[in-house]
Amino acid sequence: MSSLTILAILAIAGIVAFFIGRLRSIQVCDGHQQELHSRPSYYGYYLAILTALPAVVLLAVWSVAERPVTKYVAMQELPPTVLQGTDAEKALTMSVVDNIAEGLPKLDPEEYEVLRKARFGFVTSSDARDVLGKHGVVLGSDPDRSLLAAADELASARATSRLWLPIACFGLAALGFLWGYTRIRPELRSRNIVERVMRSGLFLASTVAVLTTVGIVLSVLFETIHFFQFVSPMDYFFGTVWDPRFATVGKAEGQFGLLPLLWGTLFISAVALLVAVPVGLFAAIYMSEYAGSKVRAFAKPVLEILAGIPTIVYGFFALSVFGPLLRDVGGNIGLDISASSVLTAGIVMGVMIIPFVSSLSDDIITAVPQSLREGSYGLGATQSETIKKVVLPAALPGIVGAVLLAASRAIGETMIVVLAAGIAANLTLNPLEPVTTITVKIVSQLTGDLEFNSPQTLVAFALGLTLFVITLGLNVYALYVVRKYREQYE
Amino acid sequence: MTDQTASLASFTSEIATKKLRKRHRAERRFQMYGIGAILFALAFLVFLFASIFSQGWTAFLQTSIKLPIDFSQEVINPSGNPDAEDEIFQANYVKLAREALYKELGVDPNDRKDRRAANELLSRGVDVQLRDMVLRDPSIIGSTEDVWLLASDNADALMKGSIDRKTPSERRQVSDEQIAWIDQMVDAGNMKKRFNTGLFVNGASSNPETAGLGVALIGSFFMMLTVVLLAVPLGVCAALYLEEYAPKGKIADTIEVNINNLAAVPSIVFGLLGLAVFINFFGLPRSASLVGGLVLTLMTLPTIIITTRAAIRAVPPSIREAALGVGASKMQLIGHHILPLSLPGILTGTIIGLVQALGETAPLLMIGMVAFVVDYPTTPLEPATGLPVQIYMWASSAERGFVERTAGATIVLLAFLVVMNSLAVYLRNRFERKW
Repeated sequence: MSSLTILAILAIAGIVAFFIGRLRSIQVCDGHQQELHSRPSYYGYYLAILTALPAVVLLAVWSVAERPVTKYVAMQELPPTVLQGTDAEKALTMSVVDNIAEGLPKLDPEEYEVLRKARFGFVTSSDARDVLGKHGVVLGSDPDRSLLAAADELASARATSRLWLPIACFGLAALGFLWGYTRIRPELRSRNIVERVMRSGLFLASTVAVLTTVGIVLSVLFETIHFFQFVSPMDYFFGTVWDPRFATVGKAEGQFGLLPLLWGTLFISAVALLVAVPVGLFAAIYMSEYAGSKVRAFAKPVLEILAGIPTIVYGFFALSVFGPLLRDVGGNIGLDISASSVLTAGIVMGVMIIPFVSSLSDDIITAVPQSLREGSYGLGATQSETIKKVVLPAALPGIVGAVLLAASRAIGETMIVVLAAGIAANLTLNPLEPVTTITVKIVSQLTGDLEFNSPQTLVAFALGLTLFVITLGLNVYALYVVRKYREQYE
Repeated sequence: MTDQTASLASFTSEIATKKLRKRHRAERRFQMYGIGAILFALAFLVFLFASIFSQGWTAFLQTSIKLPIDFSQEVINPSGNPDAEDEIFQANYVKLAREALYKELGVDPNDRKDRRAANELLSRGVDVQLRDMVLRDPSIIGSTEDVWLLASDNADALMKGSIDRKTPSERRQVSDEQIAWIDQMVDAGNMKKRFNTGLFVNGASSNPETAGLGVALIGSFFMMLTVVLLAVPLGVCAALYLEEYAPKGKIADTIEVNINNLAAVPSIVFGLLGLAVFINFFGLPRSASLVGGLVLTLMTLPTIIITTRAAIRAVPPSIREAALGVGASKMQLIGHHILPLSLPGILTGTIIGLVQALGETAPLLMIGMVAFVVDYPTTPLEPATGLPVQIYMWASSAERGFVERTAGATIVLLAFLVVMNSLAVYLRNRFERKW
């Protein structure tokens, strides 16, 4: 019985329990509902919760624990030579064991007998291999006896688990139901209990966000530490050569210097900010200070469309239209611009982050009190002088915050640079040449075959952690700047 | 008194008016910068859309050739046994299509050079096309039927004008002879551009003309389903807790700061989380749309929580107080009043979150959804791709035919986003209540 079926049955049981609980509550008070502490429905919910909730929790825990536990049982059968090997060797052996165990339930009793005999050495293991081959389990060589033993144990542990899981779940549901049923009395404060349970549910939901953050930090940190067992942190943080080579298990042959990638990321982001900050800021000033309501009602959504376009679309545009266009224009005026130059990726990315600068700046400029402007007009300043000398200085911390947030967006942006920036890690100052970024390398190290024990794969997590720390730092600093330097007008 | 007249005069003196004019010019210049900035953004937007539409609209049309195909028993089912599925499956359908084409064009079947030139007009996917027809309806074996067969990538490009007829023939991918044949068939009405249903139903293919978005659409659908089923309940519950229950203090602050920071974490980092936790730790299959959905759920959660909180906060306190005053419990207040009243806001926020999730690509690359999937996935646990991932994969392919497909797929994606955004705007305008 699959976990999903069990879940469905438990859900139905919960609904049934709800109606039984409600009926029971009316029964225990002989129809005098005013004697009940809570409305009858609450007794229904109470019984439904007691019936379904513990069983569902058990089901979840069991489903998560099943794999590691059965694997542990199977491992006991393997000889110590395998258990003392590296993680990669263990994983390889376990995948063979897993493969055999998958096939075992398909064998008929006679064939299974052959396998048992092979396990204890009464027939050769090539017989077992033939039997397994008939059922689609293809093995590269004759399996060792210990492998067959492990697979046998694994399969039987799984079968046991599958057999007991529904029994345990339904048993627990029945127990919960009976206990709850006997407890339904007029003086039972079922509303309070139900509300407490629901409140805990809401609380749990709100911790998912925290768990996600913890999950990100832990998972990425764990793999990064793993990576630093292959490559020293000095070589990673201060290396100037990025050349990971192909993935070879357990050997650090390539060089994993962060600096060229970091430089490429910052260079492209700087170009993007050079586009986005002036355009976004002027657009925000115009919309908040000059534009009439009609222009504003048109221009603001248009700018927001720029933020709503998926980044893959920008990437494709940069790759197929903007890069070649820039290259041709450069060719006409005698500049040798590569189609995947810093300028291509930077300008397109800059357009993408215009709305991040403009909409935040717009809000902040609008928040500057009118009295400041009027004071300035009263002294004879023109509108632009007022903006330059009074409004912008007052709004500066907020604008700096907006720019920092936009910068963090640019640094973490992936699809534009994956499609439109270069692949080779370059330490160059020339914006007409291609560079590569941290995100591009994360993608290229993690697409294709993954080997979780090679630095070539693990470096992606180190890069991810670097990226996470940089963007988080920028965000936190941006919020700090905004809070610290905010003018108090009241 | 004289001082005053002197200074008054100085306002209209030449120096003063000059200075004033200069200041006014600066004022106009400053305004121009603002208009320029908005026009720049607008122009870029127009350029972006125009270039994608001009490249992509042809992807919705595909050149086909109408040929009278003789579904001969000898080729398809020589044993005469209608249950011999293997035989029917492996029959040489290409031969059927090619023979019909030779007859149509008047090509001598013994002339190898002409034969090869004629073969190049047909797509490599015609065998699948014919095989599917036979498998769907075996009774056509033995009859002759007019079938619209896909033309090859190059023939399609010529019909759409992306191969220029004026290029010298040695540098052109379509020979003069082939052009003459194409013109002959076009004049006879046997070759034309038809609506490209394949773009929406086909799976992955290495030939541009038979590649489609079918698997990507299903994968995206499964992912959106996962997001709706998980992110919406979780997000709404979290928002309710934070707005209605959370005591002002450290825990609530931590959660709040967390949610805001989560919204700013680069999407690719969520992909790393998915890879390390869902695939490596929990052992879920790679490339599965369930894993994609889970990652996107975590990404959209902050959006949904933030918008739901705003919607809940907009419910006026008078309603709360009235409900509590007549003896409702907190849960009754939430269930009977707050949720129904903030529903339009929650819906709008959900759609905005879905729009974000639908266009997100980077995390899906991390969990192996860059896959060559030919068959439709039937469950979220089977390998699939997603709409934006398909765009990425096509954008990275070398063949020219894929550029058009990529732009076409982009148009499809943008169309979905426009529809969803309009729905959100409609819901907001239709149901939003001002208190």
